[in-house]
Amino acid sequence: MRSILLALATLTACQAPPAAVAPVPFTTGGSAAGDFGPPVGDPIIAELTNAPNVPPPIDRDEPATVVVNLEVVEKVMPISEGVDYTMWTFGGEVPGKFIRVRQGDTVEFHLQNHPDNRMPHNIDLHAVTGPGGGAASSFTAPGHESQFTFQALNQGIYVYHCATAPVGMHIANGMYGMILVEPPEGLPPVDREYYVMQGDFYTVGKYREKGLQPFDMQKAIEENATYVLFNGAEGSLTGDNALQANVGETVRLFVGNGGPNLVSSFHVIGEIFDRVYTDGGTFPQENVQTTLVASGGATMVEFDVEVPGTYVLVDHSIFRAFNKGAIGMLKVDGPESLGVYSGLELDSIYVGDLGDHEGIIAAVTEAEAGGTVTLEQQIAAGEALFGGSCSACHQTTGTGVEGVFPPLAGSDFLMADKERSIGIVLNGLTGPVTVNGSDYNSVMPPMRQLNDDEIAHILTYVRNSWGNSGDAVTAEEVATVRSTTDAPAGAAH
Amino acid sequence: MLWWLAIAAAGDGVAIQAGSYEPLYPVDPAVPRTFVSSFILDATPVTRADFSAFVAENERWQRERVPAVLADPGYLASWSGPTEPPAPLDTPVTEVSWFAARAYCEWRGARLPTEDEWEYVSRASEDSLDASKDDAWLARTLAWYGSPRTAGSGRVGQHAPNAHGVHDMHGLVWEWVEDFNNTLFGTDVREGGDAETLRFCGSGTLSATDVSDYATFMRIAYRSSLQGKYTTRGMGFRCAADQESP
Ligand code: HEC
Ligand SMILES: [Cu+2]
Repeated sequence: MRSILLALATLTACQAPPAAVAPVPFTTGGSAAGDFGPPVGDPIIAELTNAPNVPPPIDRDEPATVVVNLEVVEKVMPISEGVDYTMWTFGGEVPGKFIRVRQGDTVEFHLQNHPDNRMPHNIDLHAVTGPGGGAASSFTAPGHESQFTFQALNQGIYVYHCATAPVGMHIANGMYGMILVEPPEGLPPVDREYYVMQGDFYTVGKYREKGLQPFDMQKAIEENATYVLFNGAEGSLTGDNALQANVGETVRLFVGNGGPNLVSSFHVIGEIFDRVYTDGGTFPQENVQTTLVASGGATMVEFDVEVPGTYVLVDHSIFRAFNKGAIGMLKVDGPESLGVYSGLELDSIYVGDLGDHEGIIAAVTEAEAGGTVTLEQQIAAGEALFGGSCSACHQTTGTGVEGVFPPLAGSDFLMADKERSIGIVLNGLTGPVTVNGSDYNSVMPPMRQLNDDEIAHILTYVRNSWGNSGDAVTAEEVATVRSTTDAPAGAAH
Repeated sequence: MLWWLAIAAAGDGVAIQAGSYEPLYPVDPAVPRTFVSSFILDATPVTRADFSAFVAENERWQRERVPAVLADPGYLASWSGPTEPPAPLDTPVTEVSWFAARAYCEWRGARLPTEDEWEYVSRASEDSLDASKDDAWLARTLAWYGSPRTAGSGRVGQHAPNAHGVHDMHGLVWEWVEDFNNTLFGTDVREGGDAETLRFCGSGTLSATDVSDYATFMRIAYRSSLQGKYTTRGMGFRCAADQESP
């Protein structure tokens, strides 16, 4: 790849470049090439944004003085449904405000520590060249402000964080954010830019234990995270807060990791990163599935979205995604592109090692055709199908997994509404639900690929097992729900 | 001096027995424990009522008169008048500079405690003079440092005294000490600092004796962020005095 780029670059030296391909320099020259002279014009007040938003690209050809005003605020914020945590924030949210400057800019930084804060704080920006990254010059008592100035010599995407003792605790309480130093010519234009930052949290209570949860120092030292979160809270990137894009657009994510401890295996389910600026560096890798984001590191990923649907952002160190909260969503709207992704083509199920159960299913299907199917036959067929389609999550015993997959055994939610349960299997389920008094807020994928008979059998089995007792579900009932409801666009598997 | 004795007689000053404690940053790493002579320490932080009496008698310490080099604009900023603190009056006075705190103690014939004295007394739990290895107690003190900020603080003396008989060393306010800039985190807490500069400039996290004593870290970090004229809404003080030789 590198040699092709080089060849292109040399080619363009002697003939006009093809319109679509910009010449790619082999080196940026690093910090030595980062000084474009003294700032020009009046100082500019930086526009700062909260995640997932990113300030607009810089439209400037000259270096400037950019004034950044960042206020540290300590406040109680929800990190999960019913769970509060005392966050120490750069700008009132976790992660902190996104800062965008241009290489060569002179950044005049003002760090304000709110008078009601309990702690002194400072800031170490990884974009700073100089000992401590600004930490030494920005150490600020509550009710005070400090100021320091630096020149952004290196382009790239950088993490900033608090570096006040005990550093780990300040970071664990949410004190991190990102600063982008654009190359002088700007970044290649894209349709969408978003800001996603991972962090790990350590609470005295268990995952999703309700109430105000104090920081647990011991768990932090043991690197035993209670939560691993995108943008500081469960749900900050799901449901109504999901990232948005349209088919045909190019999406750029600035992905940072505040830590304090864990390295992220960042992945978007159903997408391949067309370009990853590995470690936030300048020259991209192409065609990447999963990329590491170091604690205190950042990366930039870009991809075109061709197929509508929901793409799930995860830390592919996967228990963190399903058991600690590291889930986000990108919703892509637009027309289907069946050439790229067909959706379901073969309408038959794979039931794994069910052996002789296949005979049962065949028998039921035959009996049904003759109009003689019994409840018992349906239950037997349903049990076989359940093993292949549902038990991975809800468990063969129907008990589910506390806090992650709700139970079907004895489920008040399931038994309350037959039509709704058909809809759940067909269309999946996202968002908060309460089952037998416990709250769940996760994602069940739609299973439209199951045919009407199969869904009828499965639900008949589920409604008559593990203490549940209800009437049969017929294929007709399933067909009705199927024809009156829509699956969410593009089901993620 | 008489004034001080009167207060002490009223039970406000506690005689602290001589002893030793393990500072986070010992002057000489080969000598981990620092000796502290006996002295007298206020049982509770100085209250708003106490401080109001002081500024009433010492006009130059009133908000409108105090020179800017001795107290920043936050000095007694929440008071409604020169001698009128907000209620409740038996909560610790905050929004006071180090200069003002010293002046108050001097007025009483006393002084601010040294960092060693303060830290020594602060290591005691309710039933042990040195609880610095008691994980449960450490976790309890840390909880306050990590708890949500609150606009005000509680009344003084509401909780059980520690084994020295002193109240509220943790859980109400930060407190000034005489040599607050002694253990400087100076610049950047993560620098190690070599033996010679350890005490005075770059003493960093890397050389701390007990890296799990996060609460002490925070106190030292807090003190290092201050200048003598600074005031904050969360910082008060109490006074100390030398033990009269019998
Ligand atoms: C990939 C894991 C997964 C699979 C496979 C799965 N589910 Fe679910 N299911 C979930 C999750 C997670 C929820 C909760 C969704 C939420 O909280 O928004 C759920 C919720 C439900 C609910 C409603 C809540 C309750 O407990 O009553 C029903 C009913 C249900 N699933 C039935 C099924 C059936 C039947 C199948 C097989 C056809 C199935 N599920 C397959 C994960 C899964
Ligand atoms: Cu901080």
